[in-house]
Amino acid sequence: MVGLATVFGAGGGTSSYEEVEHVDLMMLWGSNARAAHPIYFHHVLKGIHKGMRLIVVDPRRTESAEWGDLWLGLDVGTDIALSNTMAREIIVNDLHHRAFIELATTDFDDYVASVMDWTLERGAEVTGIPADVIREVAHAYAKADRAMICWTLGITEHHNAADNVLALINLGLLTGHVGTYGSGLNPLRGQNNVQGGGDMGAIPHHLTGFQEVENDVVRARFEQEWGSKINPKKGWHLSQMFEAMEEGELTALYVIGENPAASEADNQRTHKLLANLDILIVQDIFLTHTAEMADVVLPAANSAFESEGTVTNSERRVQRVRPALQPPGNARDDIWIIAQLAARLGHDWGDPSAHDVWEEVRRLSPMHAGMAWERLEELGGIQWPCPDDEHPGTTFLHGRLWSEDPAEQGRKAPFSVVLYEPPVDELDEDYPFRLTTGRRLDSYNTGVQTGEYTSPLRREETLDMSPEDAERLRLREGERVRVLSRRGEVVAPVRLALGLRPGLLFMTLHFPDQVDVNNLTIDAWDPKSGTAEFKATAVRVEKLEEPAVASGGGGGE
Amino acid sequence: MSQAVPLDRPRRLLDLEIDGRTTRAPEGATILDACRAEGVDTPTMCYAGNLTPVNACRVCMVEVEGSRVLVPACSRPVEDGMKVQTDTERVRHSRKLVMEFLASSVDTSLASTDWLRWMGEYGADPSRYGAAMEPMETGERDERWAGHHHDPDPTIAETVAQPVKVDNELYVRDYERCVLCYKCVEACGVDAQNTFAIAVAGRGFDARISTEFAVPLDESACVYCGNCIGVCPTGALMFKSEHDMRAEETWDEDAQTVTNTICPYCGVGCELEVHVQDNEIVKVSSPEDHSVTSGHLCIKGRFGFSYVQSRRGRDDRRPR
Repeated sequence: MVGLATVFGAGGGTSSYEEVEHVDLMMLWGSNARAAHPIYFHHVLKGIHKGMRLIVVDPRRTESAEWGDLWLGLDVGTDIALSNTMAREIIVNDLHHRAFIELATTDFDDYVASVMDWTLERGAEVTGIPADVIREVAHAYAKADRAMICWTLGITEHHNAADNVLALINLGLLTGHVGTYGSGLNPLRGQNNVQGGGDMGAIPHHLTGFQEVENDVVRARFEQEWGSKINPKKGWHLSQMFEAMEEGELTALYVIGENPAASEADNQRTHKLLANLDILIVQDIFLTHTAEMADVVLPAANSAFESEGTVTNSERRVQRVRPALQPPGNARDDIWIIAQLAARLGHDWGDPSAHDVWEEVRRLSPMHAGMAWERLEELGGIQWPCPDDEHPGTTFLHGRLWSEDPAEQGRKAPFSVVLYEPPVDELDEDYPFRLTTGRRLDSYNTGVQTGEYTSPLRREETLDMSPEDAERLRLREGERVRVLSRRGEVVAPVRLALGLRPGLLFMTLHFPDQVDVNNLTIDAWDPKSGTAEFKATAVRVEKLEEPAVASGGGGGE
Repeated sequence: MSQAVPLDRPRRLLDLEIDGRTTRAPEGATILDACRAEGVDTPTMCYAGNLTPVNACRVCMVEVEGSRVLVPACSRPVEDGMKVQTDTERVRHSRKLVMEFLASSVDTSLASTDWLRWMGEYGADPSRYGAAMEPMETGERDERWAGHHHDPDPTIAETVAQPVKVDNELYVRDYERCVLCYKCVEACGVDAQNTFAIAVAGRGFDARISTEFAVPLDESACVYCGNCIGVCPTGALMFKSEHDMRAEETWDEDAQTVTNTICPYCGVGCELEVHVQDNEIVKVSSPEDHSVTSGHLCIKGRFGFSYVQSRRGRDDRRPR
């Protein structure tokens, strides 16, 4: 979200799902959408059946990669090296979009200078992708009539997440693949309403609608509406909050619908920090690991099935959520709980409905102003920006960049100089394997929700490993091994995975009660976005001396 | 903000006649589209708005002037000057026979209310083909080889009656309700899911929906998206929750509400239709015309709702 907002002023994916069906070339970069965003991938498949070329960039040969024309199995964390190498190849072959660069961008010369030493040979050496494949992809992307880059957590769960995103945006600017139908730059949001949370201002430096909290004019409008003073300084993002806990600056924490005790990298540290707080308040639908540590637990209604409200999806579509069920026991709607809390703190907000809150959003956020509650219902959701009641919503963003009228064009899009830095957790003789993490089709995050339904696809956590590595370490499928990182260790059974190259290991984060993978992960985080580097951990694998005695279920020998 | 808005090729409006009335329909529309726009009630079974027409069921046949045979309305594009008859003796006779053949061999009692109404309107009487044969054993139909027919007994009606297949907690396959409309095959294939776990195996009356080599579902390519259930017109593919409640005679659609909301999992934003009875979710579907889903979901969206209900501390009806 940070990268897109920096360059374009709006932190949203540029394109609609429907456009995906009419794209000539798509680069799916650090995304296993087939498993993690299955219905988005339906649109991709329609595109493929109409002749779209799909190019998948992923260290793993995933289910998505199986649909690709090409799979670029780069080494974990070398995305910027690949992007910069592609950029140089495009520039030296004069395939960049000179007219668009001239018209709509700034800082091109600095960018050119920064990528010029990324020859194909160097790019191939750093990424592990053959030079002729990088060349082919660079040419194909630049020459395509309509080309899109889509990415997910493979790009953003790194210590340099924002730079990774900027590197992809650079390619879009370089080739003019932005601001037209069927071309664009799209992050696929991993969690329901990640987009909406950011849009509504649940990030440290923005108020609702990407309006800067440190801008006095903006803040004055909100203060007038709310009749209250707002802290003029931007807040902390998640990783900074944990640092502030460490420093003793943050002593009270109110957690709504998150489970940091299970989901954060390096969780021994996380546990210690949460335990040291003066007060921890958790509002959730479950008694999660985090809630078990809390001083006060506020039982909440489920946001998807028991509440009224809106969410915003990865194509910027604001959608109505409606209650289908009565919440159990004393569980109450989030809005009600927050209003009650305000009342206890001396502010009478009454008993606002979701519709009342939405009207406030429309008054304060110009990009939502035209989204009347009834229109959201009628149109099956509206894509922002939607500035007035007649506006149909915006199918793709940044068409303004192509305008020759400076007033209409607005701020030009800057190229960003991004330098390649390898993952923080370096490989060495003691920790020679790269462990990366991801999702399975039938499971979600820490499994709090998906653990409750009986999926015929579900299998326990495994350490996925290439057959070559397993042979070298003399490990058999199903054999339990110890996995050690510089921070902790876990024990898990080995599973042979043909989609992994030697040296690369894979685990999910779905089964923390069985195997707590976040014992291993590193909490190195991106200073710009606050995202932790879940995707790149250095580990070693040790054969257990004594085969663990099967306590039912396993075994077979 | 100036935007280039993509426009499709302009489409001509074509003049045609339906049952003697002149009307117009855009180039590329089907006869069925034109009939529905004109309010001409046309029975269908294998047609769905989110799937490619396969012309399998032959219920929607109409007469077109100049055509030797009846044509399927669901797939035949309109042409300029076309003259269509939907209510001639020949059309009515054909539709009635097709309905009778389907309903004499297959249990269509859970098909749409429209289907049951059409059966009445066309005077279809499946019972006139004799008493139904005895149901087959589980798996018997799955093992038939093409060409290995037994001699028919003209006094009884051949059927596909067989026990329901219950092999997982998410959905059941009740193939005595299967009319071989191909919708599940299409939804599992190129029209939506592209998993290709099922296809039609066998020939003639032995044709049936099958996994590869008729392996059990959990050994097949199935990813349990349930998009086959979403399109099944006869209840042959059904949520296990619905199947169990029907068996217990607690399924009551009149007592159910359907609420549209958004899936709580990934950020794609799939619209869910949540079917609720007695404050419990009994099944989940998605609107066929929704721009995000086209009616299709994944395993989490369709089946992953139990977590909401597990907080209730009561689930007497269906212990997990």
